[in-house]
Amino acid sequence: MPAVRSDSGWMQPVELDQALMLLHQTPATVLAGGTDLFPSIAGAALPGPVLDLSQLQALRELSVLPAPGPSGQGTVQEYLRIGAALTWTDLLHADLPQGLEALRLAAREIGAGQIQNRATLGGNLCNASPAADSVPVLLALEAKVELRRQGGCRTLELADFILGNRRTALASGELMTAVLIPLPLAGSRSLFLKLGHRRYLVISAVSLAISACFDAQRRLSRCAVAVGACSAVAQRMRRLEQHLTGLAESDLQAMLRAPINDDWLGPINPIDDVRGSAQFRRAAAGRLILRGLAELVGQS
Amino acid sequence: MNQASSSELKVTRFRVNGQAREAVTAPSTRLSQVLRDELGLTGTKVGCDAGDCGACTVLLNGVQVCSCLVALGQCAGAEVTTVEGLAQTGANELSALQRSFVQHGAAQCGICTPGMLMAAADLLRRHRTPTREQVLDAIGGVLCRCTGYLKIVEAILALGQERVPVQPDCDDGAPVGRRMPRRDAVSKVSGTELFGADHAPEDALWIRVIRSPHPSCQFEFGDLDRFLKHAGLHGVLTARDIPNNRFAIFPDLRDQPALADGQARFAGEAVLALVGGLTELQNLDLSQVPIRFSPLAAVNTLDQATAPGAPAVHQRWPDNILCRGRLLRGEPDRVIASAPLSVSARFETAYIEHAYIEPEAGWAQWVGPPGQERLTVFACTQTPYMDRDELAWMFGLDGSRVRIIPSAVGGGFGGKLDMSIQPLLAAGAIKFGRPMRIVYGRAESMQSTTKRHPARMRATLAADDTGRMLAYDFSGDFNTGAYASWGPTVANRVPIHACGPYRVGNVRALTRAIFTNDAIAGAFRGFGVPQSTLLNETLVDQLAQRLGEDPLEFRYRNALRAGDSTATGQQLSASVGLQACLEALRPAWREARKRVESFNGKAHEPMGDQVVEDLADPHRRHRTAKRRGVGIACMWYGIGNTVIANPSSMSVGLRRDGRFMLYNGAVDIGQGTYTIMPQIVAQALGVPVDLIDQITADTDLTLDAGKSSASRQTFVSGNAARGAGEDLRAKLLAFLGMPHTAQICTEGSALFGHDRGETRRVELAALPADANGDVALGLGYFDPPTVPLDADGQGVPYATYGFAAQFAEVEVDIDFGTVRVLQVHAAHDVGRAINPTQVEGQIHGGIAQGLGLALMEHYQGGRTDNLHDYLIPTAGDMPLVQVHLIEDPEPLGPYGAKGVGEPALVATAPAILNAIHAATGVRIDLVPVTPDRLLAALDAQWAASQAP
Repeated sequence: MPAVRSDSGWMQPVELDQALMLLHQTPATVLAGGTDLFPSIAGAALPGPVLDLSQLQALRELSVLPAPGPSGQGTVQEYLRIGAALTWTDLLHADLPQGLEALRLAAREIGAGQIQNRATLGGNLCNASPAADSVPVLLALEAKVELRRQGGCRTLELADFILGNRRTALASGELMTAVLIPLPLAGSRSLFLKLGHRRYLVISAVSLAISACFDAQRRLSRCAVAVGACSAVAQRMRRLEQHLTGLAESDLQAMLRAPINDDWLGPINPIDDVRGSAQFRRAAAGRLILRGLAELVGQS
Repeated sequence: MNQASSSELKVTRFRVNGQAREAVTAPSTRLSQVLRDELGLTGTKVGCDAGDCGACTVLLNGVQVCSCLVALGQCAGAEVTTVEGLAQTGANELSALQRSFVQHGAAQCGICTPGMLMAAADLLRRHRTPTREQVLDAIGGVLCRCTGYLKIVEAILALGQERVPVQPDCDDGAPVGRRMPRRDAVSKVSGTELFGADHAPEDALWIRVIRSPHPSCQFEFGDLDRFLKHAGLHGVLTARDIPNNRFAIFPDLRDQPALADGQARFAGEAVLALVGGLTELQNLDLSQVPIRFSPLAAVNTLDQATAPGAPAVHQRWPDNILCRGRLLRGEPDRVIASAPLSVSARFETAYIEHAYIEPEAGWAQWVGPPGQERLTVFACTQTPYMDRDELAWMFGLDGSRVRIIPSAVGGGFGGKLDMSIQPLLAAGAIKFGRPMRIVYGRAESMQSTTKRHPARMRATLAADDTGRMLAYDFSGDFNTGAYASWGPTVANRVPIHACGPYRVGNVRALTRAIFTNDAIAGAFRGFGVPQSTLLNETLVDQLAQRLGEDPLEFRYRNALRAGDSTATGQQLSASVGLQACLEALRPAWREARKRVESFNGKAHEPMGDQVVEDLADPHRRHRTAKRRGVGIACMWYGIGNTVIANPSSMSVGLRRDGRFMLYNGAVDIGQGTYTIMPQIVAQALGVPVDLIDQITADTDLTLDAGKSSASRQTFVSGNAARGAGEDLRAKLLAFLGMPHTAQICTEGSALFGHDRGETRRVELAALPADANGDVALGLGYFDPPTVPLDADGQGVPYATYGFAAQFAEVEVDIDFGTVRVLQVHAAHDVGRAINPTQVEGQIHGGIAQGLGLALMEHYQGGRTDNLHDYLIPTAGDMPLVQVHLIEDPEPLGPYGAKGVGEPALVATAPAILNAIHAATGVRIDLVPVTPDRLLAALDAQWAASQAP
């Protein structure tokens, strides 16, 4: 087994067990892609001790797994397991199952090339920015996160993991090791739309992810809609989803010609900031949803 | 923090540019810092330390990363490639990519160039013939403030194409008019150019500045000595260390301390400077600095500053009014009252940040025998001679004891005209007798240096019923922030230009520059004219609309032409190329209008106000909510200072080896003076430009060529360069005993004169030379002729004017209020393009800044002190641009040339706003037109159309 590269200020484990042991022993700043961590500090070096994940191959694997437990129908639901340290570029080039297009679309929109080459999926979640582009996508895809600690592992629904603006349920000594996405049913599609004030290197003013499935009768059999950057944590639009589920394609098209019912946007609570007024965000979120649905109808 | 720095300085081994290297420093250190400070690879630039600008882009195992976001320890065993590693085999041969950047004029100031090259290198490894879209994706994370990205994109695309669509530089032609690559292009693309942060004496101490967190406050220090000892620092600098602690652009207005003296007037003002080692300063716990701030009532915004009883920002100006500008011609009141047509509007603009990618940096030293020490300052500056004189005054020195060596300047745009770091460096070097260096971080650069003046303006434009402009009545307030800076220049320049480049017989224009406790507003590309042009061109557009006339033709009819008088009563005798600009645009304008009509018609009903309103329905346009429009704007701009003398001097010598040496004091801040001055001097001498060497700006070595500002260098210093060349040529001909019709040339150390079959030869090697090694020296001097303005603003404020017309085609997404500029046609009367590639580069860059001004830039102190909240256009935001160069020669200009630096920017923003109106029917009276503002206006328009 390769030796642990570490000293008091810098720990660079190569095996996951080592990482969890070190993290158990020493509260450390966990460094993955560094694209959020470095900008958050002034000065030349990260405050130590630092636990660097860059040599942990275990966090860079992409695989399809059976579910941790049997699903309701008695069949085993399969999951896509994405190592938490996969970068957006990795995801952009990965052969993702049908229905997870939103992940690739989001990967293209995060920062620019240099950021996509370094920034990790797990980092984006643990940083828990209200504008994080991965969050609405993974909410719409009903993702879970896998958290490990020395001698333990738990999975949490993503909605239970991100607790607020830059607050997560990550416990001391715990490391996010993977994101688990249930493989979508056949015929599922997803998309991601981002409203920003320029092209490239832009933080979302509003972001949207939709995951949906039309059945053989051209009815929307399942639909998940999540909006980002309009509340402390991105939110699923449950009432809207309820309204949409079961709609025939023609009903959906009719619906798209009317304004969105403001009640359906209940969970969002936008603020005024340099990227737009609360009023703008609310209006734009509604229209982005309509545009996203229109795009899905157009594709199907 | 301390743990990180003191964590065992372990060795990290990795490969850099193909060679095994090791770095002995904390593994959690940013790679950018290791490359620059440990390995001396200063070709990698640092613009933000936050992944927002991409200047530090390198390849890590072959893919582009921001080296400021990578820890050294993450590179163990990896391969890092920097700009220094791009050159092929051996250090001297540029890669094809670098050569393409040189040929296409893809580098201007050069600060983003290494990052751009690395991003492009990453792309070209993956795609040998990339598409335009792939190029944009690849360089989308590297910001450039100079070039507008277009020549960079061309340079990259050219590599993948069989035929390179670059216009050739014919080096057999006359030097003036050549598309010569920049003289400094090779050093910029190879990363060897030395910017302010790239070089300092070995034993330099560092300075870190402590700044006021309050817009207005008093402050006191506690026990600084104890703090210094505890923090392991060398010393401090306070207001007391500067004998005459105030500076300004205008000597009678000196109001700005280099270090505040007990009272700070804006958030970000320097109050204390700490001197010590870099590590100690970087790891400082700022909460331990013994300083107590007592906030005072602040005046923010123009309203607060002009409210009755408002606190005075400076005692000297109790009403907060720094100065007023005034122009009166004819009888505007009477004419407007009786005019058949008039339109009125208001307009507001925001604080705009220069956002050069190089934060201020440099060093100073104080060296010499006791009592005869000299101060040397190496720093980024647009104005070395003014820095010299102002520092001499502040420190009570004779000017001969101050030497300014400008570093390569990583973008200026007016923001590096005012001193920033220079007096701090000087104070430290003099006080401690040690070299001092400083590198500003992005946030402090944005907080503490000048901005574009926010303006609040109103105006009325009147015309007769045939559409002849009759009168213009303008007033505008400009927020000049906490210190005078260039407030007077803005207040004086705006009235002259307010009515636009049109025949308007009756004009009143009143301005005020008003102090507030907001960020200092100073010089920024256009000195207030971009702001007043936004209002003027809105009104011109409205009038054309009222008359039902084509906006281009309406402008054409009213355009100034040679022989006309301006609002200051100045008769323009020549080089008034505005109509030629409009003629050049006309075919593309008509085509674009048709194309837009067809686009809008396809998606919706044919164009027309009724339909536009209907389309603004926020609830019935989800699928096809794109509307397009084209808008046009004109501009004019006086070249050089407003009335105030602004002479330039140049000299050129002939060396014994037969080469010419140009002493070029016109600082190149990316605009190209180190290339066009040699072109001009070669033309004047009648020799190939390759025979011209040059010594670039250094106050000890070059004559005073004034500031790189006011679009003056080509016109003013260019004339001085021409004069120097002609003077030397005359002297050499006299020496040869030949008439002025003779040609001179050199071959090796021999000087030849040829005239109608007769040839004379002089051997230079044997001639006596002066201390510089010149056997003969030509001198040139030029100060543009002007006539002072009287109390009504009448006179001749400028010797010549640049003119331009631009049109923009935009696409508005009506659902979200987002605007995409699809294309811009820009016609500029530059008199004569000394180097067309560089003129185009200026125009491209101006359009990018104009686009930012129109759509996204809004500096808010404390909220946008970074490059992810303060947005400037990326490569992906640029429209296609077609430049039309109009060369209506200026008789006073060098070979007919005028300036283009500021004119490039002025027309873009109003053209975009007029295009937004054409697309949507909505007129916005403030910039930036952010999506939330435009959407609110579109929805209000819809609501109004639904009202009973």
